Amino acid sequence: MEFTVYKKSFSPPSINKQEVLRYAGCKETREEVELLFNEALKQTEGKLTYSVCFCKVPIKINDEYVDLSFAKTHSLHLTKCLVGCGYAYIFAATIGLNMDRLIAKATKTSPALAVMLQALGAERIEALCNKFEEYITKQSSVDISLKPRFSPGYGDLPLSFQKEIFSFLGCYKQIGLSLNDSLIMSPSKSVTAIIGILEKTITKKQI
Amino acid sequence: MKIKEYLKNNILYLDGGMGTILQKRGLLPGEEPERWNITHPEIIADIHKAYFDAGSNVVNTNTFGANLLKFSKTELEEIIKAAVNNAITAKETSTSKGEKFIALDIGPSGKLLKPYGDFEFEKAVELFAQTVKLGVKYGVDLIFIETMNDSLETKAALLAAKENSDLPVFVSNAYGEDGKLMTGASPEAMVALLEGMGADAIGANCSLGPKQLENVINKLLKYSSTPIILKPNAGLPKSVNGETVFDVDAEEFSILVAELTKKGVSVIGGCCGTTPDYIKALKNKTSGLSPLPITSKNFTLVSSYTNAVVFGQEPVLIGERINPTGKKRFKQALIENDIDYVLNEGVRQQEKGVHILDVNVGLPDIDEASMLKKTVFELQAIIDLPLQIDTSNHCAMEAALRIYNGKALINSVNGKEESMRTIFPLVKKYGGVVVALTLDDNGIPDSAEGRIVIAEKILKTAEEYGISKKDIIFDTLAMTVSAEQTAANTTLKALKYIKEVLGCHTSLGVSNISFGLPNRDAINGVFFALALENGLSAAIMNPYSADMMKTYYAFRALKGLDKNCENYIEQAENFVTTSQNISANSKNDKNFKSNLIQAIAKGLKEQAAEITKDLLTKKKGLDIINDDIIPALNIVGKGFEEKTVYLPQLLMSAESAKYAFEVIKQTSTVMTDTSRTNRPIVIATVEGDIHDIGKNIVKLLLENYGFAVTDLGKDIPPEKVLETATKLNATLVGLSALMTTTVPAMEKTISLIRENLPNCKVIVGGAVLNKEYAEKIGADKYAKDAMEAVRYAEEIML
Repeated sequence: MEFTVYKKSFSPPSINKQEVLRYAGCKETREEVELLFNEALKQTEGKLTYSVCFCKVPIKINDEYVDLSFAKTHSLHLTKCLVGCGYAYIFAATIGLNMDRLIAKATKTSPALAVMLQALGAERIEALCNKFEEYITKQSSVDISLKPRFSPGYGDLPLSFQKEIFSFLGCYKQIGLSLNDSLIMSPSKSVTAIIGILEKTITKKQI
Repeated sequence: MKIKEYLKNNILYLDGGMGTILQKRGLLPGEEPERWNITHPEIIADIHKAYFDAGSNVVNTNTFGANLLKFSKTELEEIIKAAVNNAITAKETSTSKGEKFIALDIGPSGKLLKPYGDFEFEKAVELFAQTVKLGVKYGVDLIFIETMNDSLETKAALLAAKENSDLPVFVSNAYGEDGKLMTGASPEAMVALLEGMGADAIGANCSLGPKQLENVINKLLKYSSTPIILKPNAGLPKSVNGETVFDVDAEEFSILVAELTKKGVSVIGGCCGTTPDYIKALKNKTSGLSPLPITSKNFTLVSSYTNAVVFGQEPVLIGERINPTGKKRFKQALIENDIDYVLNEGVRQQEKGVHILDVNVGLPDIDEASMLKKTVFELQAIIDLPLQIDTSNHCAMEAALRIYNGKALINSVNGKEESMRTIFPLVKKYGGVVVALTLDDNGIPDSAEGRIVIAEKILKTAEEYGISKKDIIFDTLAMTVSAEQTAANTTLKALKYIKEVLGCHTSLGVSNISFGLPNRDAINGVFFALALENGLSAAIMNPYSADMMKTYYAFRALKGLDKNCENYIEQAENFVTTSQNISANSKNDKNFKSNLIQAIAKGLKEQAAEITKDLLTKKKGLDIINDDIIPALNIVGKGFEEKTVYLPQLLMSAESAKYAFEVIKQTSTVMTDTSRTNRPIVIATVEGDIHDIGKNIVKLLLENYGFAVTDLGKDIPPEKVLETATKLNATLVGLSALMTTTVPAMEKTISLIRENLPNCKVIVGGAVLNKEYAEKIGADKYAKDAMEAVRYAEEIML
C-alpha cells in the first residue's frame, strides 16, 4: 500500500484570549496585561502560517508492540491510547518560523512581550491542532471519533520517536518543520502526534 | 553544445518526478531512494531514458538527498558515481534526437540552519561542496539545486557549487501557498540573492501545482534578468484505492505550463506526481514556441531573508545608529560584547520606519571581522530589514557578506584602484549593491565635474568585473557647508547628473553637511529635501531626528507617494517630542511615593526613562537608584511572590527599571552596591538547548537588583561556561534547560564547575527540572522563578 502524505494550510483559528492569558501566568486580565496582549496580537497579525502535513495509516496492536505501518513501538501508554483503533492519523503541525523570530526579538527588547508572545504561540498551535481534528472528522466518509493526541515524549513513548515521524511524513519538505540533534523542533510552536481513529460502528460492536 | 548557449535560443525541457515514480515501483517508506542507483540501476536508467525519450533535454541524477548527513563518504561516492552512470546510460540509449544534458541534483539537507536550527552555515556549505565535487568528478553538465525552502540554505548550496565547479548552476525554490519560502523569503528577495551570486537560471519547483505557482512566476519574471525555471507538481496528492494520485493530469498540466512559457518562462519540467507523459504533453503544447528573449530588468534590489527593497520607487531610509563613532555608550557595549544593546538600536530604528540598517562596529581594539559577523548574524535573527555592511576592513567585509542571508548593501567602494580591486571581487562573488564614493587617490574633487569623472571610472571598472550598473549606488559626498559655502551645491549638482545622465541611483550621508553648525537638524532636514528633489534615492540618516522624519513624510505627501497623505497624517502626531507626550499622559497616583516608582511599578518604560532624565538634573544617579528604582522593584517583586502581581507585569516593571538604569548609565559610572558588581554571575542555556526566554528573564531581574551578569547565550558547551566562570572568578553560575534531552549537558557543566571551581555556586532552572532533580545532578539550588533566583543571589552574596 502506498502512503499519501497530505499537506493543508488552514485559515487562522479564532483566538481564545483567556487561554493565552492562562499560558502567560495571569489569572485575570489587567490594564497592563491587556496592553501586552494587544501588542502581541498586533505583532503577529498576518505573520503566522497554519500548516499541517498528515497521513492515515493502518495500525496493529499485539501484546508486544504497536505497529504503525511505518514504525513499531513498545510503548504501553500509546497502546492503551490506541485500543480499538484500526487506523491512526500521523500528523505534524506548525504556525511557522515568524513566531520564533518575534519571540527572539522580544526576548532581546521586552521579555514581558516575549512571555505574552510565547503564550499566544502555545495557544495558536493548540488551536491549529484542534482545527485539524475538526477537519479530519468532517472529511471522514464514516462516522468517527478521535482518540486524544499522543506525542513523542508522552508517557513511555520516547521523544526519539520524533525521528520516525519526521522521516515518514517528510516534515521539512512538506511544512518546513525540522528536528535538531537534541530533538527540538524548529519552528518551536509545532506539534507532532498520533491520533487513533475510532469508527463509531466498530466501537459499538466492541462494547 | 553547452547548455547556456542552447538556452539562448531554445526552450529547455527538464524531467519530471523521480521519487513518486520510485514509490510506485516499490520504494518503501523510510527507504533512501538514492541507494536505488546501486541496487536498481536498470530502473533508474529506465526512468531517465523515458524522460529523454519524452523530450527532456535535462535529466536530474537521482541524488536529491545524496549528502554526508545520510551516507558515509565511501557510500556517497558510490551513489553519485552510479547515479551519474545511470543518467549516462539513459542518454546513450535514448532514441530522442534532442540535446541532452545531465544535471547533478541537489536537494535540501533536511536540517534548518542557525539561528533557528542547529546547522552551521559553513557546515552546510561543506556538506554541499562534497556532493558537488563528486558530481563534477563523474562528469555532470550542470548543477541543479532544487526544492530549497530556506534562503540561507539555498545560498550555502549555491556558494558550494560556485566554489567547487565552473559548471552552470540552476537554482529552484519551493514556494508555499503564501507565495513565500517556508522561512519567509519572497520571490523578489530570492531574485536579488540568486542573481547577485550569479545563478544561471532561477525558479520554482515542487510544493504546488502550476496554477498555484503562477503568482510566484509572475514576480520572478518581473524582477529577474535570468532564465526562469518552472517545475511544478502535478497538483495536489490524493489517495484513491490505496494509491496516490495527483489531481492535475498531463493535459491540464501542459496547458498551464505552456501559458507561463508564453509569458517568458524558458526552463520547464515537472516535479512530484509528473511522469514522462507530462513532459511529452508539455513538449507538444509548446512545440513551435521560441523562448522570449531574456531582458535586463533595471531593478536595484537589496534583500533580507524575507523581503527586497527596491531603489528608485520611494526614498530609501538607511538608519545610521549602529555605529560607534561619537557614541560613548555604544563603544562601551562593543567592548563589553553587549550585543543586546546593538540589537536594541536596530529594533528601535526599525520601529522608527527605516528600510535598511547600516551596520558599523569598527573600533581599534576589537576583532572587527568576528564582531561584524556576529552582529550581522544576531541582527538577522530578529530583524527582517536588509543590512548595509559598513566597514573599511576587507576581511570583516568578506566575513559578513559570506554569512549574510540575502543581498546586502555594501558600504563602500571608491575610485581608488586598491579599493575597487578589493571590493569588486566580493560584490561579484557574494552579490550586493555597492555604495561608491566619488573620491580617489587625489581626494575628493572640489567640483561636481571632478566627482562625475570618478563615477564614470568606477562604472567602467565595475563592468570589467562583470558588475552591472544597477548594482552601483553613488554617494557624491556631502561636505561641511560651514567650511565651504558651495559644498551643498556641488554635491547636489553631481548627484543630479549621476541620477539623470548616468542613470544610477544615489545615496548620501546627509548629516555631514551641518557639521560645526548649531541646531544641525534644521540644516539636515532642508538639505535632505533638496537632495531628494535632485534625485537622491537613499539617505544614511538618523531616524530619531524629528526634522529628518518630517522631511521624509512631507516629501512623500507632496510628491504623490503617500496615498491620501495617510502616512503623513499617521506620523504627524509623532513629530511632537516625547516629553510633551509623557507630561500630558501621566497622572499622579498617590499610592506611590514618587513618579518614577509609579512608572516602574506600572511598567511604563518611556515614562520611566523621561522621569529619570528629569530627576538627574536634581539628584545623583545613585540616589535615584536607592530612593526610587529599588523601592519600585521591591514593591513589584514582593507582589509577585505574594501572587498579586503576574509574571508579565513583573517583567514590564523590570524593563522600565532597565530603561531608567540605562539613562543613569549614560551620565554616570557610579551604579550601585559594589559588593554585587564585584562578584560576577555567569548565566547560560546549556549545550544543545535553544530556549532562552527564562534565562533572559533571570538575567533582567538580576541586573535590576544590581548584580553583574555575563550572559553567554544559548546552546553553550560546558567548557565555555567553565572558561568564562574561571576568567571572571564568578561567584554564581546559572544554568537553564528546557528539554529532558539537554539535562545531561547541564549535569556535565555542573560537574566541570565542581571539579574546577569548588567555591562557585550553581543555580539551575527550566521546565523539566524540580528541586529533587536539581539536587540529583549536583546543583546548589533550584529556582522555580526569576525572583527566587534573585533572592538566592542576595543570600549568597550577603
